Formats: sequence, C-alpha cells, structure tokens
Amino acid sequence: MSMNPFCEIAVEEALRIKEAGRASEVVVVSMGGEQCVETIRTGLAMGADRGLHVITQDSSSLFPLAVAKLLQALVSSEQPRLLLLGKQAIDDDCNQTGQMVAGLLGWPQATFASKVSISDDKESVCVEREVDGGIETIQLQLPAVVTADLRLNTPRYATLPNIMKAKKKSIQRVTPEELNVVIGSDLEVLEVTEPPKRKAGVMVASVDELLDKLKNEARVF
Amino acid sequence: MDYDVVIVGAGPAGLAAAIRLKQLCDREKRELSVCVVEKGAEVGSHILSGNVFEPRSLTELFPDWKKQGAPVEIPVSEDKFWLLSSKHAIPLPSPFRNHGNYVISLSQLVRWLGTKAEELGVEIYPGFSASEVLYDDNRVVGIATNDMGIAKNGCKKSTFQKGMELRGRLTLLAEGCRGYLSEEVIRKYQLRKQSGAQHQTYALGIKEVWEVEESKHRPGFVLHTVGWPLNTKTYGGSFLYHMANRQVAVGLVVALDYQNPYLSPYEEYQRFKQHPSIRPMLEGGKVVQYGARTLNEGGFQSIPKTVFPGGALIGCSAGFVNVPKIKGAHTAMKSGLLAAETAFEQLSKGSEPAKLDSYWERLQNSWIWDELNAARNIRPAFHYGLLPGLAVSAFEHYISKGKLPYTLKHGRPDHLSTEVSKKHKPIDYPKPDGVISFDLLTSLYRSNTNHEHDQPSHLLLRDPSIPEKVNLIDYAGLESRYCPARVYEYIPDENEKLTLQINAQNCLHCKACDIKDPPQNIKWTTPEGAGGPGYSIM
Repeated sequence: MSMNPFCEIAVEEALRIKEAGRASEVVVVSMGGEQCVETIRTGLAMGADRGLHVITQDSSSLFPLAVAKLLQALVSSEQPRLLLLGKQAIDDDCNQTGQMVAGLLGWPQATFASKVSISDDKESVCVEREVDGGIETIQLQLPAVVTADLRLNTPRYATLPNIMKAKKKSIQRVTPEELNVVIGSDLEVLEVTEPPKRKAGVMVASVDELLDKLKNEARVF
Repeated sequence: MDYDVVIVGAGPAGLAAAIRLKQLCDREKRELSVCVVEKGAEVGSHILSGNVFEPRSLTELFPDWKKQGAPVEIPVSEDKFWLLSSKHAIPLPSPFRNHGNYVISLSQLVRWLGTKAEELGVEIYPGFSASEVLYDDNRVVGIATNDMGIAKNGCKKSTFQKGMELRGRLTLLAEGCRGYLSEEVIRKYQLRKQSGAQHQTYALGIKEVWEVEESKHRPGFVLHTVGWPLNTKTYGGSFLYHMANRQVAVGLVVALDYQNPYLSPYEEYQRFKQHPSIRPMLEGGKVVQYGARTLNEGGFQSIPKTVFPGGALIGCSAGFVNVPKIKGAHTAMKSGLLAAETAFEQLSKGSEPAKLDSYWERLQNSWIWDELNAARNIRPAFHYGLLPGLAVSAFEHYISKGKLPYTLKHGRPDHLSTEVSKKHKPIDYPKPDGVISFDLLTSLYRSNTNHEHDQPSHLLLRDPSIPEKVNLIDYAGLESRYCPARVYEYIPDENEKLTLQINAQNCLHCKACDIKDPPQNIKWTTPEGAGGPGYSIM
C-alpha cells in the first residue's frame, strides 16, 4: 500500500480512460526489488489488467535516466499508445523520468497534467497543464507521454474483492539484461546533509543597526 | 465473502492462530479458508511492545524459527533493575529471569509472521478496519469492514466504497488490548460475569527507538527501573533494551489508575530520560520512531470467558499479559495456537454450528493459566503503594509463587481512580531540550501516524456537552494530558470559552481515552482502514 502518490493518480487516470472506452488495456509497471510486487498488486487491485516487474538487484541504482531507458525498451515491445507517469517520485523529487522517456522515444509530452481528454478518434489527447503562470492547454498526437499532477483526480480505494481478484492477475517479470539495457551508475551520491539548523534571531536596537546588518551581514542589498 | 475462519487483527495472536490452522490443514490434508483483516496499512504498522521476548510459543509454532530467519537474534546479555530517585540509581536484584530470552522488535517479528502466514495460504488484508460484528440469532457469524470514502460531514465522497461482510464459520478476535469489537462482545455476552472475573486494569506505555553511538551500544542489555519520576502512589516503570543495529528501545509505562489528573505520561517519560544515569546512555543518538499503546495489567483476576457463540477472544483482547514479567507476546501467541487447534478440530468434525468451548478448557489446562496464576498477587499489591508492592512482590516472587490461597483484588477501575483536580496541583514539567527530550508534536511526527483527513472523527462523545461540563471543570481537562498524540485540546472559542477540539488525525490507536475518561464518555471506534501509526521497528 505504498505506491508513490502521483503514480497512484496516474493509474487512476488510466483506469478512467479505459472505463470511458478510450483504451482497451491498462498495464502497470514497476522497477526495483521484491517490494515492487506489492505496489504492482495495488495497481492491479485498483483495476489494472496486468503487471510488469523489471527486477533489479537494488532500487538505489535506478536513477531517472535508467528508468527512462528501461521504459523505452518496454514501450518497443508493448507498443502502448499512452504512457502515464506520476510527475515525480516523493523520495527523490527528481521530476525527470517522464520528460526523459519522451525524449528517448521522440514522443510528445505533457507534464503536470490536471486534466486529460483523449479525442473521440483516439488519435490525439488534450491536456491541461499546471504551469507557473496558470493553466496551459495543449493537444498532442498519440502516442504520447503524460505525467500526472495532484489535481488530476482522486484515486479510488482498492476494495477487498478487487484485492482478492488481483492475486490472480499476472505479473510478468523481466530483467534489464533481457531488455538489452545496461544500467550504469551515471549519478553518484556524494553526500546527504540536513539543512542547517535555523539560527536564533538577533534583536537589533535601531533601524540603522537593522540596515547595517541587512547590508553587511545578510547582504540583501 | 465466506471463510471458514475470520481473524480480526494481524498481531502475534491472530497470526499464530492463522499459521497454526494452515499447518494443521497441511498435516491432516484438509482445506480451510482463513482470512485475517488488519486495520493498519501494513502488517506490523500498529504493533508496539518493549520487547524482551520469551520464544517458547514461537518454538511451538516453528521449531526451526532460527533457521527460517525469524528476526529474533539478540539474546539478553545483561538484566539490570534500578530504583531511581531524582538523582540516583540504586541497583536492586533483578526480579526477572531473562536468560534464554531475546531483545526484539515485535513489529518486525509480526511482519515476519505475516510473510510466513501468506506463504501458507492465509489471506491477509491490511488496510481494512473491522468495524462491526455480524450476528445471526445471537451467534457471531463474522465481521464487516467499515465504509470508506465518507466525508467529515457524513456524505459519501466520489471514492465511496461500501464496507464488506466477511463471514466465518468461526471468528477469532485478536485486536490487542481494549479491542473495539472485543469489548462489545465481552459486554454483550457478559463474558467477565461468566468467568467471575474482575474488571480489566490497564497501563499506558510510551516508547521510542533510538539509534545510539557505536561505543554506547551493548546488544542484549536489558534495564528496568521503578521509582522516579513516578511517585509512590503511581504504579509504573521504565524499560531500556538494546536491540540490533545500534538501536535501543526505551520507554515508560504508567498504570492508568493514577490519581492526579495533571499527570502526563508523555511528560513523565521525557523527564525520565533526563535522569543522570539514563541521559548518558542516549546522548549523541537520535530518535528513529515514537509510539504509544495501552496494555493489560489485570492478569489472572481479569480474564473473561474467552469463548462466545461463533468465536473466541485470543491474545490481549482477552488479556494474558504476565505483569510482573512484563511479557504478553508469548501468552498471546499460545492462546492463538490453542484457539486454532480447537477450531481445526471442530471445523473438521463438520458439526454446525462449530463451537470453541473446549478452547476455554484448554486455556485453563495450559501453561498460560499456571503462569498467570502464579503471578496474580503481584500487581494488585501495588495498590497499597510502592513499598508494600515491592515487599509483596519479593515475597511472592521468591517464596510463595502464588501458591498461598489468597487472591488480592484490583482496586477501582482506572476511569474511577482519577481524583478531582482541586485535590491536586498542576505538575511543572521541564521544557524539552530538543536533544534528549522533545515536544509532543515532534515525537508524534516520528510515529508516521496519519489518517485520511476528510472522514468523520472516529473518536465519539456519547454526550458532546460532558467534556466542558465535567472533564474540564472537575478534572482540568485530563485527556489533553494523557493522550500521547495531542488528539484532545481545549481551545478558546470566539467567546474566549474553552471548548474541546478533537484532532482525530493524530490518533495513535492507543485506546487510553476509551479507558481513562472518568465519565466514560469518549468512545474509540475504528477509523477508515490504513490510518493510524506506521511502526516498523517498535
């Protein structure tokens, strides 16, 4: 029960697209160690049709570029028309995978989606994106990559009968080697530090002293 | 959904019962469907305990548990017992015989038991709260999970899912101390009256797991203290256990029959850590997890009849904690084993309706009964104060071992033990230093507790006017002090009048409020499944 919240929103959107008759199958993918199986099962319990588990020795070497390359390989064999991802993972907050896989595939991308509508002829998708200045509406030719933001939808609960049914749905396991992808450690974590503790405030005696400190110590101006 | 056996609660008792049922199925070549529902988000999320573990029941369940990789690895290496004053620590002979026992995280062990149960074919559903007992003509026929997706105002949200009925030929309630459905069943079938038992008595345990410096780590070190910071009228004590991985479990247990409404078990625990003999053990370390849970202290005198039509109570829902030993996991698991063996027998016979009456007999013939009987006079002796209590305990422990034909009774129930606030003075607790002691909300963050915000409060008031009329005036709003999660706060409203605010989202599911509220006005009910704390190493 610990699916990344943005991914959960992406799964929910995929299910709604299928329920609206615009898709025939929802496949959920997760990459990493054995814990992924539980996450995939949650997706299956929500209503996805089948699962794909890319098994790696340890999840810590799976940086966004590696995930994007693995997704690219899966896309070439699965041939989906729409790739839905959460906008970012809440452990690393990278916000890169969706964009990278779109680049690798040469597909159009719409990130931070707050609304997704597939056209009637299923050839394009209209996406409202949350950007700094407001909402941007763009239309993309399918196949495309869309990443989900918080306000896209509220994911459904996995009900007990669906969890029971999900145990019977298939999860296919595949390794990076079988996909012909080499996972390199292109990133090396040198150090992780907590932010510095907030220092206590300083009481100043006059406005002049305040200005002096702002200029010479805080260097605000 | 229909099952042969429905078990509420994936704790030591519930999982031991589930595993034993499947083991018997394998051995006797029978098939029984077993379902366990668990309100925590994961198996183990709501499990909190000291814990110095006596492995006898685990060995009965899995004789080769060591080989199978059970997370029971650190044998007790030192067993210390101190009487604390505000400045000193006086070593006393340890009343415990912990040789052969292990320092563990019960949450970790339960998670391991969960994987073993699933391997054997038990269906476990975490994230689902059993909120209702299903009856058919006075017989328990199963439980129902609560509806999910109801908004704070009671309306159905777009994510609404109706709860499910899980029917079982037999239902085992393994909800732990002060179980929500268990208490209902005890009342309905008058199970305490049936066994001639007294009321249950309780304590609240506040616990942290620290990660300490390598030089301070002594795996297997076990320490218990009595005395300061609690006064001679308040029963309780602390524990400090060194686990694996430089982790140290430390906490304070305060009996809920304390009299001073100004007492805050949480603040007493923070104070305790500052003792000159305790503080150095934790300095330089950091807190990894925090939590709290009530536990049974009634022992032998409070055991209700554990069988009712259609099911049984196992584990702390019935109450098998050996208080002087401060161990209950081994008896909980054993009761699960006994119930499972009885259930298997009855269900295999095929007689409908299945009856678990012989589980009650098996309990009385088991080592659980002998153990709890031998220990029965120790906790009640403390009703007379710390020194008489220690004296009687020593006598009982070393000499009479419960064989003398007297049984001390418990005093008043915990909720009637609190005296009015005008008889007491507020306690001036020291401010947290942020290094060894912490403010409650910082600690609460470390429990990983959370609930879906937009749901009705699961803490119900039978009469919403009573907190301001009774609790605030007579008891100085004591719930704002004993709750280890700051669920209850008295806040001035627009007219500057103090009113009770219930922050249900903070709840740790400890059940202290259900137990201690003097007018018994607060009722703990199950929130939406998957809410509550997220313990992994508690």
